This record gives sequence, structure tokens and C-alpha cells, in this order.
Amino acid sequence: MIHMVYDIIIIGGGPAGLSAAIYASRRALKVLIISKDIGGQAIYAAKVENYPGFELIPGFELIEKMRQQAKIFGAEFLSAEIGEIKKEGDISKVEDKEGKEYQTRAVILCFGAEPKKLNIPGEAKFKGRGVSYCATCDAPFFKEKIAVVVGGGNAAVDAAVLLAKYSKKVYIVNHKDKFKAEELRTEQFKQFPNLETVFNSDLKEVKGEERVSGVIIKNLLSGEEKEVETDGVFIEIGHIVESDFISELVDLDERRQIVINPKNETNFPGVFAAGDATTVPYKQIVIAAGEGAKAALTAYSYLQKVKN
Amino acid sequence: MLLILNEENFESEVIKSDVPVLVDFWASWCGPCQMMGPIIEELAKEMEGKLVKIAKLNIDEGQTVAEKYGVMSIPSFKIFKNGEVVNEFTGATTKEEIVERLEKFI
Repeated sequence: MIHMVYDIIIIGGGPAGLSAAIYASRRALKVLIISKDIGGQAIYAAKVENYPGFELIPGFELIEKMRQQAKIFGAEFLSAEIGEIKKEGDISKVEDKEGKEYQTRAVILCFGAEPKKLNIPGEAKFKGRGVSYCATCDAPFFKEKIAVVVGGGNAAVDAAVLLAKYSKKVYIVNHKDKFKAEELRTEQFKQFPNLETVFNSDLKEVKGEERVSGVIIKNLLSGEEKEVETDGVFIEIGHIVESDFISELVDLDERRQIVINPKNETNFPGVFAAGDATTVPYKQIVIAAGEGAKAALTAYSYLQKVKN
Repeated sequence: MLLILNEENFESEVIKSDVPVLVDFWASWCGPCQMMGPIIEELAKEMEGKLVKIAKLNIDEGQTVAEKYGVMSIPSFKIFKNGEVVNEFTGATTKEEIVERLEKFI
């Protein structure tokens, strides 16, 4: 059987992957994006207000524009999850979880980061039955209900404010004694008397029968645990890079992020990386897009050298 | 062909259907739902000729149905067979995963 060999396979369809695809396709390279989703974290942003050229655009609209652009220049898309990447000489073999194999001369890893889980009893059981990782998606289901938000960053504070517009009561539980979020955001709390801040506390358990009915909150200073009635739990505690499947291929740092140099090269020739999955500081859409472009250009010059 | 559901046709097209039905509960204000849109359309095309229906329900137009089936998180997918929910999952996912779940009931 003759396998087609791609010039570049991009793993991940967020801003880094789509931008890499645009740049690589415009160099007339044969490009395939393999991704379990398109957009990654960006599609969860209801409003993007800091991407140059757009004063305000919903995350999924920005992503749709990027996807269209990559498609116009000839990038191919495949909806799948990657199981393994093997390097054999100048060719990489990328295998999806179904065991299908794709061959390529260069790889760009742009698979981003996943929402972090609390890993407490009840969290997995009640996902979709009150436990949510997307406030913009699910807040409207909490009209006149009670909700608990966990976290202290921008995403958690935004979730609490959004929920306070719908719900009769919202608790925001943070394990520190202050928020990491921008002050501009926390200042909005004053407008919502139904929003209660619970500092120095962790969630210990999500309880319920068919659906969520309550949570156990532990005060970290006193050690006291109490059950609070709620209809839902919104978990907004940041993101984590899930890089186990490539841990034998490329160097990772202590946070499991892919170590890259300023030209987006990993320690393995022919394997490049960009965006939130890497050690690049600041996880922003515009930075991921820029990094994706840089990785594609470095991959292009690598391919030119290998060819000659 | 992708079947568009609403409060009126849900009973006849889903509950009384002779074949299994995958229902995608979605809304226009939900990013991951928008992302799943083209995947569900593709799936509907691929499943043409098979004994299964692929359908979507905009929850703003089918609030009572969404409430009845306890939808609290979208995108939400439910597979109905003989009027009962036989499989369900929430959140954006791959076409492969949906096919895998669906094939057990076709």
C-alpha cells in the first residue's frame, strides 16, 4: 500500500494550529491538521476583545475565520485524537487512537491545554448534570437556581458574574484569600448582592442523586467542613497540558509543557511546537497564533534543508 | 440528511421513531455547540442510507423538550431508541467517538 506523505502534520486545531496551517499552506506545502476539536479553549471565550483587528468578536467566530482561511489555502482537516507519534529517519508516523497511520516529513505540536479538573468525588459522575466547565454555555440553565463557582482567576470571576445575572444565589469558592483575576473584573461583584465570596476554601465533594444537589466546602484555616445546597458547580481552575503521549519523543518541563527554543524547535529535529502546549510565556490567542506562524516558517526552512 | 427538531415534531420524529435517533441539543450562544455544528452535518451525510436519524434541537426553540430530558449543559447529545434515552454525553467531541457510541444501537 502506498502511503501519502504530508509535508507537515499539525496536531491541534486551536489558534496556534490554524495559524501554522495558514502559513504552511501558503508556502505550497501539503498540510494536514489532525485534531479532536477546532478552536480549543478559544471557542469557550464569549467575547474576545484583545485580538488585533477585532474590537469584539466571539471566540468561535474568530476561530471560524481562521479555519476558513486555512481551508482556502489548501490545508486538510481530520477529526481524530492522536495515540502515538514515531520518528523513523526523516519520516514521522502519526497514529490516531483508531490505529490509522499518517506519514509526514515534519510535525508541529499545537494541542494546547485542557481544563483542569478538581478530581474530587462526584465531579465526573455529575458532568453534564450540574458540573460544568463552560459557564458561557451553561449559565442560562441556572435561572433562579443556586450555583457554585470554583477558582480565582479571570475565567472564574467572569463565570461568577455571568451566573449572578441568572441565578438567585452564586458562591465563588477560592482556596486563597484574594483573587488572581484583574481588579476591573472583581469590581463587578459589587453590583450583585446575590454573589457571595468564600475565601480560603476548597471543594471536597459534589453530592446529589440524579443531579447535583450540594457540595462540601472545607475552610482551610479552621479545617471545618460544611454542606452547601447548590444546583450546579462551575469549575474554572485553569488548564493543564496533557502531553503524556509525546513524553518519549520530546523534552517536557516540570509542568509537562513542551520545551521549545525561540524558533519553536523541540529537541527532536523535524518536530516543532507552538502555543499553550509549549513553554512560551503568556497563554493568549494572539500569542498562540504568532507562535504557530513562527513554527510553520521554521518547519518550512527545515524541509528546504532536508530536501537538498 | 440532518433532521431539524422543534417542540412540534420531537414526539413524532424521535419518540415514535422506528430507528435510533441521535439528538444534538445546542444553542447559538454556545461556542462548543457552534464548533460541533459542521461535525454533526458531516455525520448526517455519512449516515445517509443507514437505519439511524441524526438530528439537532436548538434549545431556545425547544425549551420544554430540553427541560424534560434534564439538559443542563450543552452541547449535549442523547441517543434515543424506542422512545428511551439509551446513551448520552456532553461537551465537544470527535466524530469518531459519536460514531462509536451510535453503532452499538444501529
